[in-house]
Amino acid sequence: MTYAGAAMAALAEEMRRDPTVWALGEDLGRGGVFGQYKGLAEEFGHDRVASTPISEATIMGAAVGAAMVGTRPVVEMRFSDFALCAVDEMVNQAAKARFMFGGQARVPVVIRQPSGMWRSSAAQHSQSLEAWYVHIPGLVVVTPATPADNKGLLTASIRCDDPVIYMEHKGLWGATGEVPDDADFQVPLGRARIARAGGDITVVTWSAMVHEALAAADLAADAGLDMEVIDLRTLWPWDRETVFGSVARTGRLIVAQEAVQVGGFGAEIAASVAEALAGDLKAPVRRLGAPRAPISYSKPLEDRLRVGAARIAETAAEVMAA
Amino acid sequence: MAERHHNVDIDRLTRHYRVMCRIRAFETAAEQAQAEGKVGGAIHLSIGQEAIAAGVCGNLRVSDQITTTHRGHGHCIAKGTDPEAMMLELFGRDGGTCGGKGGSMHIADFSVGMLGANGVVAAGIPIAVGAAHGARLKGEDKVVVCFFGDGAVNRGPFLEGLNWAAVFDLPVLFVCEANSFASTTRSEDVTAGPGPSARAESLGIAAFDVDGNDIVAVDDLAGELVRRIRAGEGPKFVTAGTYRLKGHTASDPAPYREAAEVEARWREDPIARCAVLLTNAGVPDTELAAIRSEAEAEMAATVATAEAAPYPPIAHAFDDIQDVGAPA
Repeated sequence: MTYAGAAMAALAEEMRRDPTVWALGEDLGRGGVFGQYKGLAEEFGHDRVASTPISEATIMGAAVGAAMVGTRPVVEMRFSDFALCAVDEMVNQAAKARFMFGGQARVPVVIRQPSGMWRSSAAQHSQSLEAWYVHIPGLVVVTPATPADNKGLLTASIRCDDPVIYMEHKGLWGATGEVPDDADFQVPLGRARIARAGGDITVVTWSAMVHEALAAADLAADAGLDMEVIDLRTLWPWDRETVFGSVARTGRLIVAQEAVQVGGFGAEIAASVAEALAGDLKAPVRRLGAPRAPISYSKPLEDRLRVGAARIAETAAEVMAA
Repeated sequence: MAERHHNVDIDRLTRHYRVMCRIRAFETAAEQAQAEGKVGGAIHLSIGQEAIAAGVCGNLRVSDQITTTHRGHGHCIAKGTDPEAMMLELFGRDGGTCGGKGGSMHIADFSVGMLGANGVVAAGIPIAVGAAHGARLKGEDKVVVCFFGDGAVNRGPFLEGLNWAAVFDLPVLFVCEANSFASTTRSEDVTAGPGPSARAESLGIAAFDVDGNDIVAVDDLAGELVRRIRAGEGPKFVTAGTYRLKGHTASDPAPYREAAEVEARWREDPIARCAVLLTNAGVPDTELAAIRSEAEAEMAATVATAEAAPYPPIAHAFDDIQDVGAPA
């Protein structure tokens, strides 16, 4: 099953199970811009798979209102870049309503934000902004990397009573993999996955970069280096136990992200490891991320910003030599 | 000013008078408490705008819902929120509507359909249309009233939210309290076109202008529109003309307007106008005075209670943030 199909299966199963679950966003009645809602309007009707105006602020704000009165909206923001038109509604409203109303309100929304670089999409359709949302108390931040996780994490996110920023990577829509059939299959929020076990060096990553890290692990293995790859799956909460356990064993850490490295979530992990495990580190922690530049349209310029498998493997060799 | 209404329903008008006096007394007590340094933050008083809150909310059921703004105390009281819990909230005390965690700009009382004030201008508009959208998905018969000011009509969510309500044909009554000011700027100086109602009409939403200081006119119009919305006629829009008799915040002396202008506007005080109607209808002055003093005593008692109440436990700073990934 594909990554897109896995999410669609999760949403369809949740809509069958719970009549208060509904989806809203631009073009959803026609299947969504990436086809990730194809066929849902036919099964559930256009009231529950609502095609909305191009009004991101009100898509999000209406979802907050609808959630506060007892429905469970799944919001499609189309591109994470477009979600920036709804930052007040995500950050000031969805994230804060429960707290500032003294626990009277719950806002169980899933805010799908397709993210990341994808086929020369340039500066306004390519960004990885996950770190911004991790910074906001009240939000859960999810970054699925595989088809199975896109089913299990989306199911868990829909069932979660907190607002969840759900960032699928646009480069993964067509990725295929085994996906459990079970309608109740969930991947718990806040639990990382050891995507590849290894003893020499830990690479912590998430989203599409997981696949670059796994390719890097193959390259490293050819050079006799045993790399462990941790897919965080959720950035808030993040699985400190799994990360610390791995680094305590290997003594070496690389954090790899597609996002701009400056102020990225990788910095939080690096700092946390440095605070907790300084005595266990055999080499300085390394971060890999994009330069602080807008994303170019032209393919070679875009590629210059990408962190690829080769760079992760080279950095691992440097860490081993340090 | 001469009042046109003759055949008034004395009981109904007396109820409105009482609600308006309670709002005025709450606002006056809150203003005083802030002047004495007992209430922090910014509080935005609705003195002079009470007839809109009373006249609109007087036509709603408990199951109907409202959203309001930073200037929302009056709407809360008119919808049925307990003023004591509100005053405790302003004082940041345990037992406040939000446990002291929201303050004046975030008062909410879901038990009476008050879905929250909002610190961001126009932010309540999408939330209100969403509440109506959600209610319809659940098959609930509900009207949602969305209060906002004339400053809000220049924010994008105003256009988006009205369009949304019209496209999805939702049971929402939009009430623009045109109090003449957008923060400390005159609304007319920063607003193009013929006014809020024209903007609604351009989207096909029936819109009505009313003297927002005339409780009978507001009551009559709101009653008719709420009935029509409940009957399935879709969203409606009201521009209620009024005047913000106090500054933007309680600490704003509003030097940007002449004292004479404010004095003239005080002569159109909706509470005094309502009193004239009741007097002309034969209600004795002593009864009106009693209503006023009862309201003042009620709100003075809320201040006394709030002053004596404990602050929330410090641990509450970390409650009700989120289930998954809550602070340890």
